[in-house]
Amino acid sequence: MTLTVNDLRVHYRTLRGEVRALDGVGFDLADGEILGLAGESGCGKTTLGKALIRLDGRMRHAGGTVTLDGEELPLSDDRAMNAYRFHKISLVPQYSMSALNPTRRIGRMVRELLASRGVSVDTDELHRRLALVGLEPGVLDRYPIELSGGMKQRAVMVISTLLDPSVLIADEVTSALDVSNQQAVVGALTGLRDKGLVTSMIFVTHDIGLTSHIADSIMVMYAGKLAEKAPTKILTTAPRHPYTKMLIGSLPQVGARYADKPLSGIAGSPPSLLDPPAGCRFRDRCPLADRQCAEEPPVVEIAPRHTVACWKAA
Amino acid sequence: MTTLPDPAPVAAEQPAAKPGSESLHYAVRNPKLLIGLSLVLVLLATGLLGPLLLDGGNPNEYVGPQAAAPDGTYWMGTTTFGQDVYAQFVHGLRATFLVGAVGGAIAAVIAMLVGFLAGYRGGIVDEVLNMLTNVVLVIPALAVLLIINAYLGVRSVAVQGLFIGLTSWPWAARAIRAQTFSLRTREFVDLARLSGSGTWRIVFREIAPNMSSYLFMMFILLFGGSILIASSLDFIGLGPTEGVSLGLMLQSAQQWSALQLGLWWWFIPPGAGITAIVGALYVANVGLDEVFNPKLRES
Amino acid sequence: MLTLDRVTKTFRAGAFGGGSVTAVDRVSFAAAPGELVSLIGESGSGKSTIGRMVLGLTEVSAGSLTLDGERVRPGKDFYRRVQGVFQDPFSCYNPVFKADRVFALIRRAYHPGVGDREWADRVEKAVRDVRLDPGQVLGRYPHQLSGGQLQRLLIARALLLDLRFLVADEITSMLDASTRIDVLNLLAGLKERGLGVLYITHDLSLGTYLAEKTVVLRNGRVVERGDTQKVFGNPLHPYTRTLLAAVPRLNQPWTAAVPLDACAYHEGGASPGDDLYETEPGHFVACAALPACGRTRA
Repeated sequence: MTLTVNDLRVHYRTLRGEVRALDGVGFDLADGEILGLAGESGCGKTTLGKALIRLDGRMRHAGGTVTLDGEELPLSDDRAMNAYRFHKISLVPQYSMSALNPTRRIGRMVRELLASRGVSVDTDELHRRLALVGLEPGVLDRYPIELSGGMKQRAVMVISTLLDPSVLIADEVTSALDVSNQQAVVGALTGLRDKGLVTSMIFVTHDIGLTSHIADSIMVMYAGKLAEKAPTKILTTAPRHPYTKMLIGSLPQVGARYADKPLSGIAGSPPSLLDPPAGCRFRDRCPLADRQCAEEPPVVEIAPRHTVACWKAA
Repeated sequence: MTTLPDPAPVAAEQPAAKPGSESLHYAVRNPKLLIGLSLVLVLLATGLLGPLLLDGGNPNEYVGPQAAAPDGTYWMGTTTFGQDVYAQFVHGLRATFLVGAVGGAIAAVIAMLVGFLAGYRGGIVDEVLNMLTNVVLVIPALAVLLIINAYLGVRSVAVQGLFIGLTSWPWAARAIRAQTFSLRTREFVDLARLSGSGTWRIVFREIAPNMSSYLFMMFILLFGGSILIASSLDFIGLGPTEGVSLGLMLQSAQQWSALQLGLWWWFIPPGAGITAIVGALYVANVGLDEVFNPKLRES
Repeated sequence: MLTLDRVTKTFRAGAFGGGSVTAVDRVSFAAAPGELVSLIGESGSGKSTIGRMVLGLTEVSAGSLTLDGERVRPGKDFYRRVQGVFQDPFSCYNPVFKADRVFALIRRAYHPGVGDREWADRVEKAVRDVRLDPGQVLGRYPHQLSGGQLQRLLIARALLLDLRFLVADEITSMLDASTRIDVLNLLAGLKERGLGVLYITHDLSLGTYLAEKTVVLRNGRVVERGDTQKVFGNPLHPYTRTLLAAVPRLNQPWTAAVPLDACAYHEGGASPGDDLYETEPGHFVACAALPACGRTRA
């Protein structure tokens, strides 16, 4: 296992109390696995991605452990995490476009970044990696403004993976891109994994359709908790959690027409995580909910590598 | 634990009749705003009422013993010539507020007209106004004021304020223009146009409220800036030829070596007065930011 | 009936208007009442500029844009009939005011004579029409509401007018999948009530879900348009095919992208005219040689 997350809890401090953005999530990430992380906004998927890299000032590690290559990550120790960031675990942020310093050429940025980590640049290796994501070596001599959104996104991917991290977290990297660029970025990410430049990957997105193209397995989160995790094929064709079913049911496929068969969304909205209700958190929106759901459903492995947190799934 | 109901949350639940009453609700509960504003009001009241409570004589008259330390009769002591420092101070406060208000208001009005128009209209209007702004910006304002004051011999504080206002608006206009420029592309401006609102209505009802604390801060800076410019002019002897101001007090204190002679009561009141006015306005501004921005209220 | 006839938009670029950029180039199409037309394109295709021109927020440089035979004249009367909903629901609300101020603006401009009581009833009805609970959404600040709620309030706002035509510019791209479809279904409902809708999107699957007609844009020009089922059932232009191939589908591997330079359809160089070619009734394509185009680019 590259990464093992066990009952991880991360809370946001606000004046009105602690928001339990991540409330006991556990999963494994196998060597070479690409895990798709999906869910509505506010479900904790971005918090999970951030927590593995850096807790910002308002976030508090409230419990649970994260083990990377056999070592436990010192999540709440910002300084001790420096030894892991970029070397072992790396992030491609959602808006790579704004992550690049506009006054620096890409090449200079790479040199400075590597120098700050005490590593020297292997130019040939750098060119080889740029080629892998479909970029010319010439981009190194260009300023960020001269590149398109998709090119910048791919340049950041190369920079983030220069030290061959064990885990790469790609946070909504395709949301701001056009469909054709999405395809290129997803292709580049898969290429990095296939060449072994990153061992495993967590691909965070709200687009299940896109996730199904890149991920080996998909984890669906709801209101700070795991709802369902299964191999991609199983999760998209035979989901067990009612939330996953409704989420997939609300996706319009090419060719689906309102006139033929209107799709329906999921009525209601997720509960506040400031003081989340007891029991299953999807209860209020769930068509199957009954009295049993007032008790919190345990995460059960109903089939090999297929875990669900729902009383009705068994 | 008290069981008495707290009236504040109940008031907060009540639907506000208009946005203003809600801002007021938060304004009266903001310590920074209250402290800053009350200090300014105390100083203003001192400047307005202080002179009335004196016998009404000229504050520059020689009335008492020379260079006396503060005591029961002369609360802030006297100068080397026997002038009452307290009388000068309260008159000076009044003059200082006047120059700040006149200079700040004139500069703010010009800056808002130029900034909003340039930022919202864009295009050729923007280019012309921007050029004008830049021209005024690069003119060394202090030098111009020196020349104006030296040649025209500014007599009253109000005229001094007018000239300061006419030269100190460009940076504020540029700041407003930049803010307007970014707010103008926000979709709520489009939506206001789709609701049939005209240019000035959009500027003052949609864009300006988003910058209200910014505009207030700008006014504070212009207000404080006018006071500081006026003080420096006074200090180098180019102040109004009539009356007294905090800057003129500092000038004569410096001229007659108050610091070397240890007459601290001569220069500390005017210096502290200027600092207190400008500082209190800044504190009030931070409070106002919290009042105007609903997001800052909660976190 | 919205009619665009060779609508062109040229922007001034550079200091003192030295250069110019053509964002929309001779675009023609029409949208009848009760019809939903989807305008599909990637960023920079000019699709949002077209939406803004229809709303009178941007002036038309050349060509004619008419609604029910009249030229677009931005103003109170025009906005009584034509309204827009935009991409970012959070940016559509003035953050310093409560969200329901958007209704108050409508009342001030269009219904000044309506009493408080009646107005409150009308707002409540409109809010219920977009399937929101008035108690949950009225009297709140924008940052206290979700994107889906804000977007639906904007549609409710439009319903308070004598609306004839709605421009919906990327209105679902900031929403979660679970609420996205509800907003789209609302648009379909408006269409069924006889409104004309222009739905601007980069997402083909959302476009096909709703639209009777589809217009595909590239670099400011129409490359293919017609009945949605014809355009996507039988895409003729290579660009349309590329777009279609790039859409991520659940559990279906991407088909190899169609190389874009396989056809010298007229962009850039000399064009044989700006008309589209009708390959079958109600299906127009921007290439003379299609569908059997064997030419490759020099």
